[in-house]
Amino acid sequence: MTNVIRSAPPAARRSPRQRLLARLWRHRGLYLMLLPGLLWFALFRYWPLWNAQIAFKDFQPVQGVLNSPWVGLEHFQAFFSSFYFSQLMTNTLLISFAKLLIGLPPAIILAIAIHESTRKGLARVTQTVTYLPHFLSWVIVFGILLAMLSPGSGLVNKGVIAAGGDAVSFLTDPGAFRAVVIFSDIWKETGWSAILFLAALIGISPSLYEAAEVDGATRWQRIRHISLPGMLDVIVLVTLLRLGHILDAGFYQIYVLYSLPVYSVADVIDTWVYRQGIQNFQFSLATAVGLFKGLIGLLMIVIANRIARRFAGQGLY
Amino acid sequence: MTRVRRQNDRAFDRTVNAFLIAVLLATLIPLVYVVSVSLTPLGQTTSLLPRAVSFNAYEELLRQPALIRALGNSVFLTLSGVLISMILTVCTAYPLSRPDLPGRKFLTGVILFTFLFSAGLIPLYLVIRDLNLLNTYWALLLHGAVSVYNLLVMKNFFQNLPESLEEAAKIDGASDLQVLWHIVLPLSKPILLTIGLFYAVTQWNSFFEPVLYLSDARMMPLPVVLRDILTGLNSAEYVESAATTTAPRTP
Repeated sequence: MTNVIRSAPPAARRSPRQRLLARLWRHRGLYLMLLPGLLWFALFRYWPLWNAQIAFKDFQPVQGVLNSPWVGLEHFQAFFSSFYFSQLMTNTLLISFAKLLIGLPPAIILAIAIHESTRKGLARVTQTVTYLPHFLSWVIVFGILLAMLSPGSGLVNKGVIAAGGDAVSFLTDPGAFRAVVIFSDIWKETGWSAILFLAALIGISPSLYEAAEVDGATRWQRIRHISLPGMLDVIVLVTLLRLGHILDAGFYQIYVLYSLPVYSVADVIDTWVYRQGIQNFQFSLATAVGLFKGLIGLLMIVIANRIARRFAGQGLY
Repeated sequence: MTRVRRQNDRAFDRTVNAFLIAVLLATLIPLVYVVSVSLTPLGQTTSLLPRAVSFNAYEELLRQPALIRALGNSVFLTLSGVLISMILTVCTAYPLSRPDLPGRKFLTGVILFTFLFSAGLIPLYLVIRDLNLLNTYWALLLHGAVSVYNLLVMKNFFQNLPESLEEAAKIDGASDLQVLWHIVLPLSKPILLTIGLFYAVTQWNSFFEPVLYLSDARMMPLPVVLRDILTGLNSAEYVESAATTTAPRTP
């Protein structure tokens, strides 16, 4: 390599190949810097892709990934025709869509309220406090939910009993569990997602509001005709990107919160893959289901990105 | 006309501020209540604000060697995890942010692809197993060491730094590593702190991967031990007192 550079003829007479080699050599420090990161991606992101072939094989741990016998689409067929397929898809989509539809409006309203408030101190405190739960782990939130919702001593159930109702065992009652999943997610993440909308609001030119005020618009009219349209791009973008992850119903959250009595309403694709794959050693079947989820996810992201580009003028990539 | 509008405005302001206070309370009440539970003396029922304060639960907590060890494990994992993650992320983001690096688009594509499509849990588990990393901390430090999202944020930040400074350093004979260390990183403190915080929070909060990759109870970080305590409570159909929320089952 060194010789290529030393004996290189003047730039004008170098062949394209020599020029490329020279450019690569000039950047050798940067490539060296890239090496650990690329090695990491090869080991922990691309090797798993290679391992994913066991979805089409009857994986035997002793024989390894490469030597296990091929079985074609058997595992996919087994999954699609099994009774849990419809249950898993229902739970996953229901929880995911509910989080999106019920969770997005509070974040938008919170951002507008923070933006509109004339008490800046209150607005700032609210913003800071509401995004703090985002940094709590689901284990901590689980502890908080136990304290709030437990049938005996939970604050919510004390209220229910005081109002003359019967205590509800929210975390083990199949009728209440999904609501707990959705509302605990809203409690944890609303402040965090409001940051994006707030950034969009701050980006709206103040002259628009001033002009509207001169024309006699009320505050509500200003929100409807200036703030909301100004946030529309971001709202569309956030919605589409979440649609791209519609099969991620929140693995960590459900893994911590759920228990045997509520599997029927809480089990989602990811939790099922974990139980079948790791706990029941059904490596091939669980990989097939994981791969199915990954492919749907990829498809959704590509579609969502197309639409986002058309509507919002920008996409994820 | 103006009077009506001003009255409307005042009503509007009241509505907005009332809403903010409501949201603030909805966020705070569960947090305050949990603290209150922990401070309530044994045997008393908890109210939103404790009537009497007792630190028994916390004393009990400090007497649990399992918890202290878990705390130490968590601190170690978080510190070393952030270090590894930051080195890998910076060293990947910086070269990819250089506009004149041949192959940069291709390599960015290779990395971005893993963001859009992943093989799932089991194939990664098999990698960790085949690398003989099961039941070692390396599994936890490495399996998610680089976040593509953080990497791209950092790369964009590097790209927006003024290029002339780096060129000047280059002309003075600085190597790429020297430019990164002496010029780029000092200019990037805000983004380094933010991304470092994200990595720290993720590692500190992680409770599923330790269960997945570790089998030795003594190696478990705090969230796992905490979860075991809580699910122990859960199966015992919830317990009234504060001390039990902090006293773990002996493993």
